[in-house]
Amino acid sequence: MSSILKLENVTKTYDKHTAVNQVSFEIPKGSIFGLLGPNGAGKTSLIRIITTITRADSGTVYLDGEKLNSNHPTQIGYMPEERGLYKKMKTGEHLLYLAQLRGLSKKRALSEINYWFEKFSIESWWDKRVEELSKGMQQKIQFISTVIHRPKLLILDEPFSGLDPLNTNLIKDEIDALNEQGTSIVFSTHRMEQVEEICEHIVLINQGKNVLEGSVKDVKNQFKENLFQIEYQGKLPEDLGRKFRFVSNSDNKLIVKLSSEKDSNNLLMNLLQEEVQVNSFHEILPSLNEIFIKQVETSHE
Amino acid sequence: MNKLWLIIRREYLTRVKKRSFIIATILTPLAFALFFIVVGFIFSYDSGESLRVVFVDPGNILNSKKGLKSEKDNSLHFIKSTESIETLKEQVLEGKYDGILVLPIIKDVYKTKETLYFYTDQQVSINANLAITDRAKKVVRDYKVRMLNLDQKELNALKSDLVFDPVPISKDIEDDSSMASVIAAGIGAFMGLIMYITVFIYGMMVMRSVMEEKTSRIVEVMISTVKPFQLMMGKIIGVGAVGLTQVTIWAILIPSIVVIIQLLFGFDPEQMQQASPSGGMTADPEEMQFILNNVFQEIGSLNWWLIAPLFIFFFLGGYFLYASLFAAVGSAMGDDLGEGQALTIPITIPVVLAFYIMFAAVQAPNSSLAVWSSIFPLFSPIVMPARLAFDPPLWQILLSVGVLAASAIFFVWLSARIYRVGILMYGKKVTLRELGKWIFYKD
Repeated sequence: MSSILKLENVTKTYDKHTAVNQVSFEIPKGSIFGLLGPNGAGKTSLIRIITTITRADSGTVYLDGEKLNSNHPTQIGYMPEERGLYKKMKTGEHLLYLAQLRGLSKKRALSEINYWFEKFSIESWWDKRVEELSKGMQQKIQFISTVIHRPKLLILDEPFSGLDPLNTNLIKDEIDALNEQGTSIVFSTHRMEQVEEICEHIVLINQGKNVLEGSVKDVKNQFKENLFQIEYQGKLPEDLGRKFRFVSNSDNKLIVKLSSEKDSNNLLMNLLQEEVQVNSFHEILPSLNEIFIKQVETSHE
Repeated sequence: MNKLWLIIRREYLTRVKKRSFIIATILTPLAFALFFIVVGFIFSYDSGESLRVVFVDPGNILNSKKGLKSEKDNSLHFIKSTESIETLKEQVLEGKYDGILVLPIIKDVYKTKETLYFYTDQQVSINANLAITDRAKKVVRDYKVRMLNLDQKELNALKSDLVFDPVPISKDIEDDSSMASVIAAGIGAFMGLIMYITVFIYGMMVMRSVMEEKTSRIVEVMISTVKPFQLMMGKIIGVGAVGLTQVTIWAILIPSIVVIIQLLFGFDPEQMQQASPSGGMTADPEEMQFILNNVFQEIGSLNWWLIAPLFIFFFLGGYFLYASLFAAVGSAMGDDLGEGQALTIPITIPVVLAFYIMFAAVQAPNSSLAVWSSIFPLFSPIVMPARLAFDPPLWQILLSVGVLAASAIFFVWLSARIYRVGILMYGKKVTLRELGKWIFYKD
């Protein structure tokens, strides 16, 4: 699979502070990619390099195989964390303006706007000034403005901040729909539960360096501690505690730490006895949240 | 280029379509017109005050044939009386008169200071005060002329009107009339004033607009699509076009409204002059006409083919120079206007200085202060237009034009360097030193 975005040893220094330090990673085409990191890790600096707002001091960025150049912004849709619109402009004119700036003809821009307005059934908003809209409505307009030119790569920085659950779902569905149509999506956030839900691949940035990279599944496997949870009824075999290390055992829920993954069959075999009935047996994978905290803490040491 | 055009168009249209712009553009000339009406009204205003002044002449200084002239418009009546002041005072209290004027007794014609007593319980308006004093002065003068046996003709001969007329020595210099320098000063000051006002109004407009973009956080969306330089230039050009539109509308509307009002209400300068209260000030209408003709002739004789394009050049140069600096400062300001106010001071100081130098330059257009200020790029947009009417040497004009053009380009470049960093900088109190550092930041 070719990559939509490829970074090679990208470095950016402000004054004396190194915001991005030798970062390299690849984003597979058509994937939903999580760019993670605590506040001040260098996510925004990195995004600004990708969106050509700033230039890297060294290193190379490739968009869809081409070295990043000034034509590329029209192929990228970027929704910054700190977003805004011209408050006094009429909604329709505003979208038209942004669409035209990104190289759409007036005719195409209008048809795109109509498409989205119909989709969200907000046709009546055309003549409303942005300041007349509620915050959630403005977010919708902001989202439309980001995708109006049908970018190859969509970069969303904390896209759900300030959205109510209803609108969050609405936008999430749209992101999925766009992804299905082939748009690659970079999703920058520090809210891990959303990442787990949405992203296929992640990179974790801390203090300007990438500390972790890969598919969500691989990353989780990399950090798993071979914990297994068994829900059961009845009485556990007496010698089980001697053979395996119990982490906890209460309410008919047993958590066992195995020395290796392959031990799971062995554990299961020991459980399959008459006094006990196993209701469920599964591996506990670490949440991204845990991995995140752990990684950030270790890299601070 | 296409993007720049889109930005210019938006900046221009959103402003021009705003209700406040339309109101300001149309109301300002109307306000001017109203001002003229009010001024005209005030000048021609008959205060309704009608003073009956009874006067006594204890020293017998009044030439009985002439008497004291009453005002044409019935606002001032002089009635002679021979009764005692005490009796008259009672009559004033009864309401027969408004005041008693006591003409001074001239014992010594060589004494030049006399007191003029006026008994009244009313407040005497300045107009009445001036008019009464003026009449009395004439009486005293006539009396002294008679006492000294002077001849009125001889006296008139003493009043000489001297007209200052500078005549050039070299033949290639045109012989200006004496009015030329006064009129040139007027035109020069007017041009300088226009420059000063426009630089401030529209420069500030650019600054506020940059700040708004930054605080409303639209700027990051924008510069992920266009270059910061395009965004800044689009704004400066767009606002500049708004300024040109507004000034052009005013230039057409104000004179036409004044003309319409003159037609409707029949005010004209001559009338205002005649209506002016103190008789001494009244200029001869013929003389006024002569001066006006002279003024128009002078204005016409200026080399407008040179001045007009130069004025436009200095207007644009000055605007670009200062507007870009205002944009740079606006980009550095945070949400707090007050905090950033200190940053505008380095820009406003040269503008204000230039404004004062401009007045000095109009009075002495060839002083070294005027010459060098009209070449120094931060002053020249305001000072040079003011000097243009005085026919400055060509080399000075060319040097000034060259320096301003180069500086405008330089300052636009410099401001763009600051701007691109400033618009993405949040939550930091910015000092001037910091701004300087931004210039050297890499992209």
